[in-house]
Amino acid sequence: MDKERLVAMANDIAAFFDSEPDKAVAAEGVRFHITRFWDPRMRREIVAHLQGGGAGLCETARTAVAQLTNSPNQSK
Amino acid sequence: MYAQGYHDQGTPAPASEPSATAVTLEIDGVSVTVPAGTSIMRAAALAGGDIPKLCATDTLKAFGSCRVCLVEVEGRKGFPASCTTEVAAGMKVRTASDAVQNLRRNVLELYVSEHPMGSCPDSSRCELESLAAVHGIGESRFAGADTSRDIATPKPVDLSNPYFRFDNDLCIVCSRCVRACEDTQGTFALTIEGRGIESRVSASQQQPFLESECVSCGACVEACPTGALLEKSVITAGLPQKAIPTTCAYCGVGCSLVAEVTDGAVSRMVPNRAGRANQGHACVKGRFAYGYATHADRVTKPMIRKRITDEWREVSWEEAFAYAASEFKRIQAAHGKDSIGGITSSRCTNEETFLVQKLVRAAFGTNNVDTCARVCHSPTGYGLKHTLGESAGTQEFVSVQHADVIVVIGASPTEAHPVFASQMKRRLRAGARLIVIDPRAIALVKSPHIEADYHLRLLPGTNVAVINALAHVVVTEGLTKEQYIADRCEAASYEKWKKFVADPANSPEAMQKITGVPAELIRGAARLYARGPNSAIYYGLGVTEHSQGTTMVMGIANLAMATGNLGREGVGVSPLRGQNNVQGSCDMGSFPHEFSGYRHVSDDATRALFESMWKVQLGSEPGLRIPNMFEAALDGSFRGLYIQGEDFAQSDPNTAHVTAALSAMECIVIQDIFHNETAKFAHVFLPGSSFLEKDGTFTNAERRISRVRKVMEPLAGLADWEVTMRLSNALGYPMSYSHPSQIMDEIAALTPTFTGVSYEKLDRLGSIQWPCNDRAPQGTPTMHVGSFVRGKGKFYVTAYVPTNERTSSRYPLLLTTGRVLTQYNVGAQTRRTANLAWHSEDRLELHPHDAEARGIEHGDWVGVTSRAGDTVLRVEITDRVAPGVVYTTFHFPESGANLITTENSDWATNCPEYKVTAVQVVKVAQPAAWQMRRRAKQPAPVG
Repeated sequence: MDKERLVAMANDIAAFFDSEPDKAVAAEGVRFHITRFWDPRMRREIVAHLQGGGAGLCETARTAVAQLTNSPNQSK
Repeated sequence: MYAQGYHDQGTPAPASEPSATAVTLEIDGVSVTVPAGTSIMRAAALAGGDIPKLCATDTLKAFGSCRVCLVEVEGRKGFPASCTTEVAAGMKVRTASDAVQNLRRNVLELYVSEHPMGSCPDSSRCELESLAAVHGIGESRFAGADTSRDIATPKPVDLSNPYFRFDNDLCIVCSRCVRACEDTQGTFALTIEGRGIESRVSASQQQPFLESECVSCGACVEACPTGALLEKSVITAGLPQKAIPTTCAYCGVGCSLVAEVTDGAVSRMVPNRAGRANQGHACVKGRFAYGYATHADRVTKPMIRKRITDEWREVSWEEAFAYAASEFKRIQAAHGKDSIGGITSSRCTNEETFLVQKLVRAAFGTNNVDTCARVCHSPTGYGLKHTLGESAGTQEFVSVQHADVIVVIGASPTEAHPVFASQMKRRLRAGARLIVIDPRAIALVKSPHIEADYHLRLLPGTNVAVINALAHVVVTEGLTKEQYIADRCEAASYEKWKKFVADPANSPEAMQKITGVPAELIRGAARLYARGPNSAIYYGLGVTEHSQGTTMVMGIANLAMATGNLGREGVGVSPLRGQNNVQGSCDMGSFPHEFSGYRHVSDDATRALFESMWKVQLGSEPGLRIPNMFEAALDGSFRGLYIQGEDFAQSDPNTAHVTAALSAMECIVIQDIFHNETAKFAHVFLPGSSFLEKDGTFTNAERRISRVRKVMEPLAGLADWEVTMRLSNALGYPMSYSHPSQIMDEIAALTPTFTGVSYEKLDRLGSIQWPCNDRAPQGTPTMHVGSFVRGKGKFYVTAYVPTNERTSSRYPLLLTTGRVLTQYNVGAQTRRTANLAWHSEDRLELHPHDAEARGIEHGDWVGVTSRAGDTVLRVEITDRVAPGVVYTTFHFPESGANLITTENSDWATNCPEYKVTAVQVVKVAQPAAWQMRRRAKQPAPVG
């Protein structure tokens, strides 16, 4: 899938959660949202993109996707 | 003319019914007990003894002008009109004494002098001629008298409206039409002109109906007691042989209608006066624009083709199902289970959408199912679920009659939800205050007897900045309802939100330069809303179709919680759903991440319930959303799609991107009633059925489940639910329903909010608002009474994040989109009706200043260019839009409105940002060649 589009989507989600002052909480919000709403192939590709350097991902999205790497199928 | 078989009770029920004190009186020797405030006329009707009348009908306040309903009341002088005289305890009424009958015959004779017997096209349904016949009047002794109108010289009949005619010679000037236009519709297009014998009904300034302010709702036609205002279809078709209650297939109001049928075809559609959603009213679409169902363009034969460049080949149903199934299986064998998916439609019934998602999850074995709500109200589901606990509006429509302050955000109810708009206007005329938040001056801002107290004319894309500024005022001026919040909301989330909105960065003064709304207007509106005491918010796609659509929905819920405006009548947060079954399609598990009743696919207990019923293992991972499907199609991981009743190629943003994705797929199966734009990319065409051709249910914007009843047989032989079932069987996953009621039984068994719903109960109660279960066996008109569905209401911090779509020197204007009253969405239905008489092309609204700067004049063709694409539209110069903002509708494919919208979308749901596109507008000589070719192919309308 188009990496730029996935990056833009992750950053848009992060922009909402970035109003949370605790950055760890914000990143967890992004991770949880992606886990709940992204199809597995999208999650695999954003994880692969991060592992390839993660160009374009904002800090919160980057942290969230890194956590996704550790628990790609986890739902809450 | 009433619906066939309707028993009119003459005057409305008193407002206090049914809790009013009971009053017992005697009418013609029979004891009758009715609520205080009831008219004698209604009391008699309730007792089964109708009093003759002409100017009275139970949808309008008593007028007392015709003098036909005179009665005698023992102990009172004279002959009072029974419509305007209220009952009293012990009263003795005589409705047909010799004296009364003599008077009544004289009055009727006077009417007949100007409306001779036999002059109506259908005398049996003319109230005057029927009454005269009953009273033994054949000819009038007064006919031809000097005081009489000149009936020997017929006046021209006004045939201008495509659906009804006005014959002034048959008019008895009872004013029912004028009062219906005022009280029922709220348009004030009709008046009585002249005095005495010269009095006549006039549309606007003696204009033909089509050219007047009339919105063709038909309330006047239904109110007319004679044949003066009459549907043309009734003249053509004659008397109906049966009347079938059903539900409208247009907007989310979900009007209850009665289809009158003559020789197997609909001859007239009238609103059901018992309909709770529409309260006996309808609009130009629901009442009149049903002709598309039998339009010559209907596809009635299944078709297949190997490649989209091949010609279509008509085949049997069996061959079509076998081919579709074999293609889907072939793709899955080569590319995996998740390489295909399906789309449910908000124009189809609950039962049909439930079956499509079942087919995708159980027969395809994937969660790649989505619905057209993705592109309209998906942020509503997400936003309200997270804040309040349920993905639905909180009120029933009649709740608006208890509102003191009405807030309309990003919606134009008079255009898109006209029947609810009439109810809203009635409340506003009674004194409710109005706040409109919209970039455009919608009709409600100023119309007859209505003027908004505040019009917050914000720049497109700045909704969240406005809602935060409103909240800032509420919090910093101490207008919050602290006890309500303490009792019903999460304290920690409230404290965090309160601190956030109180920040001076969110003040109206700080936000003014972002929103373009003067700070004092924001402050005034916030105070008005907070002080209510009953304040109700109604919103539309101008809220949801933004990159911050979900944030705005949360912001609205925050504001309502903070001011205590949830959980009772007259308040609430009510999304005005665009299509008739958007709510239903979402309820039915059409989203890729959740089953019916909004339960996530990863929930083991829920999945086990479905697996047990469906006898198949289900996936626990969310599937692809519509825009994700397009992306996956372009990268080759998604190759097959079953689409029921959806036209991506016209309705979804960035058309070039969508059509590239559709072209990349190997098998698209489309099920529709017409050969739409998306069908150009399809390999299998399965003919669909209109709402007139099947049984089922729709769920409207107020969570009201209403029955859809078959009026005629499916033109292609199968209803949509039967098509899905046969496709599933061809795929090897058996389905064997014999009637949609069985599908509803399965929905009820699997969905906690539908546990108590059945066709038997729907027939008994008329309609049901979910949740309907053991705790609420009759349904739930108002949500969140006492506590929120999620337990404690949760406030969310809603920081304003500017959209990426911004103006520049290259694209200096902001385009936003919407609907007009007479057309509907992509126009597949309404473009094939006589509604073209009002709106035959989409136009671009441009402010006079922007027009002057570009040398553009009214009616010019203009090129509209965005970073996604370009199109050409004819321009309408108007100050309905602000300088810097342009607006168009998207009802015609040749307009190409979505060639210019972008792939920007809501952060939470991927709902497209239709409402903000940076564009440039320049004068051009003519439309593009493709547009002219497309325009030439426009289907001919039918009445």
